Amino acid sequence: MEPFVKITGIVAPLDRANVDTDQIIPKQFLKRVERTGFGEFLFYDWRYQSDGKTPNPDFVLNFPQYAGASILVAAKNFGSGSSREHAPWALMDYGFRAILAPSFADIFYNNCFKNGLLPIKLPEETIRTIMDNAVNQRGFELTIDLENNRIMDKKGFVVEFDVNPFRRYCLLNGLDDIGLTLQHSDDIAAYESKRPTWMCGITL
Amino acid sequence: MKQKTMFEKIWDAHVVRSEAGKPAILYIDLHLVHEVTSAQAFDGLRMTGRKVRRPNLTVATMDHNVPTTDRSAPIKDPISKKQMDVLAANCMEFGIPLFDLHHKLQGVVHIIGPELGLSQPGMTIVCGDSHTATHGAMGALAFGIGTSEVEHVLATQCLQQLKPKTMRINVQGSLPTGVTAKDMILSIIGRIGTDGATGYAVEYTGEAMRNLSMEGRMTVCNMSIEAGARAGMVAPDETTFAYLKGKPYAPKGADWDEAVNKWKMLATDPGAEFDTTVEIDVSRLEPYVTWGTNPGQVAPISGRVPDPETFANETDRRAAKAALEYMGLVPGTPINEVKVDRVFIGSCTNGRIEDLRAASKIVKGRKVSPNVSAIVVPGSGEVKRQAEAEGLDRIFIASGMEWREAGCSMCLGMNPDILQPGERCASTSNRNFEGRQGKGGRTHLVSPEMAAAAAITGHLTDVRQL
Ligand code: SF4
Repeated sequence: MEPFVKITGIVAPLDRANVDTDQIIPKQFLKRVERTGFGEFLFYDWRYQSDGKTPNPDFVLNFPQYAGASILVAAKNFGSGSSREHAPWALMDYGFRAILAPSFADIFYNNCFKNGLLPIKLPEETIRTIMDNAVNQRGFELTIDLENNRIMDKKGFVVEFDVNPFRRYCLLNGLDDIGLTLQHSDDIAAYESKRPTWMCGITL
Repeated sequence: MKQKTMFEKIWDAHVVRSEAGKPAILYIDLHLVHEVTSAQAFDGLRMTGRKVRRPNLTVATMDHNVPTTDRSAPIKDPISKKQMDVLAANCMEFGIPLFDLHHKLQGVVHIIGPELGLSQPGMTIVCGDSHTATHGAMGALAFGIGTSEVEHVLATQCLQQLKPKTMRINVQGSLPTGVTAKDMILSIIGRIGTDGATGYAVEYTGEAMRNLSMEGRMTVCNMSIEAGARAGMVAPDETTFAYLKGKPYAPKGADWDEAVNKWKMLATDPGAEFDTTVEIDVSRLEPYVTWGTNPGQVAPISGRVPDPETFANETDRRAAKAALEYMGLVPGTPINEVKVDRVFIGSCTNGRIEDLRAASKIVKGRKVSPNVSAIVVPGSGEVKRQAEAEGLDRIFIASGMEWREAGCSMCLGMNPDILQPGERCASTSNRNFEGRQGKGGRTHLVSPEMAAAAAITGHLTDVRQL
């Protein structure tokens, strides 16, 4: 996993609540069997006109000032719906490294950490301020510093954020959590030896 | 000893290792796998040279992509075919049992788990699919995971998990005739919101839950995720044991007795505390339908399409406005005047035998409106055979509905079963998101009885007045 330490980037405002994973990456693109290449289909139904090719000029990510944005700010309950990890893959592949919102759906939130995408929960008013700045100030950038749990802009705006310390540690170091669990194989084997036999195997 | 909730009992019994400040390492009893969210996980294993730790606690099925029409014909969509072929090859390589397209027990992953007795009380059950909460109806801790976690479970048979909070939803009263488990859960989501249970594992209690069949409990648990909960669960009781007894993968003989004794200990201790409790009374509940583009945007069938201006906060107002625009609905329209073009009966929410029986009772001796095309898609091969043995297929066909092969079908339209732009559908599935059933398609979530009634009249209809 790609580590996340500190980034500075343009903020794109997506002023919608309950942005669901079907919107982030519609199902017709779930058929790829790779992890890469989903970025071009991110927000597909909103981003393109009905021919599926021509960019929709009204969709915020198509505004020229948000080209190259690496931070997305959205309204509450971002990532609701399906467990598809294709959603964080698509956001990452498009170029996003962090999502700011008042709240996230659990599975999506969890999936982000596994991929080096940082979801940050902030109070509703703070999100509103950031959203307004991203709308009104051309080229509005934020710096996200995970080592110090801090978000800053160039004019002196600073907010702190909370993230589970263990998740933060994994993200800072780009750690593979499967590797971490495998270090405890003995504990797993000990646990397994105590399971009842009737729970120990499925054969067709 | 401290009084524990059922969630806490199951959680504690599965902790392999816990350290302060770190997620617990939780043992997983059953890992269900399907074709859409697993390919990249198997690739990850190959890249790191890892094996599947317990292939025999893993079961795979094909459901999301499968065609629901003639299965002897080659699969037309080459990408769907590839995804299924990749799953088959992965299962072969790693020794995982697979119910493939042609297996007689094939079906939607959340239908076959309980139906085959694979999902049992007290288990931890995961699947790369958000509706895994369905299995919580057995009295299990079941939740959806992403592909990285699928890989984690394959490699370790464990997951690293932070403990969720607990919520009790106490459902009192007895459901009026014609009002179902689906209406119950739609009204609950409407009340607490699509993020009302985010961060919680929910246990449903109360008279109304106790009185539901296993199928009904599964419908409720299935849609817990639509309120943001990762897990929904119901304590196992005699209904649960009667359902499981004799199922192909349920314990047998002395094992069965031992298992039932253990399962009886799972219920939440009297006096155990939940982080939050919600009280609901369903004794005057009506059939519910969704009018918007998330499962919390609901109204009783006697209601009207709401006016966004009446919503208290700006975010909800904006969401309602966008939803009505997408849905092509005018505020104030009586819900039961909303015309439909399509009807879909199926999915892991309402594709079980009891759902098909209920729908067939409504259409029996009646004809589907000439303006409606309706399909019935059983949730599994077993459900299909059972329905055919009871003659339900003939009732549906005689009414003008299509009778299909098992799969997810129009629940998410990854196979050829999709809505055309602007088409409106009464659907027994679980998500009415924009484009879920096909780009530009408009979904109204309803119970099987309500879907059947809409098929007959051509508009959303109170099934009790049919
Ligand atoms: S029936 Fe629908 S919700 Fe259920 S597993 Fe299939 S696609 Fe997902």
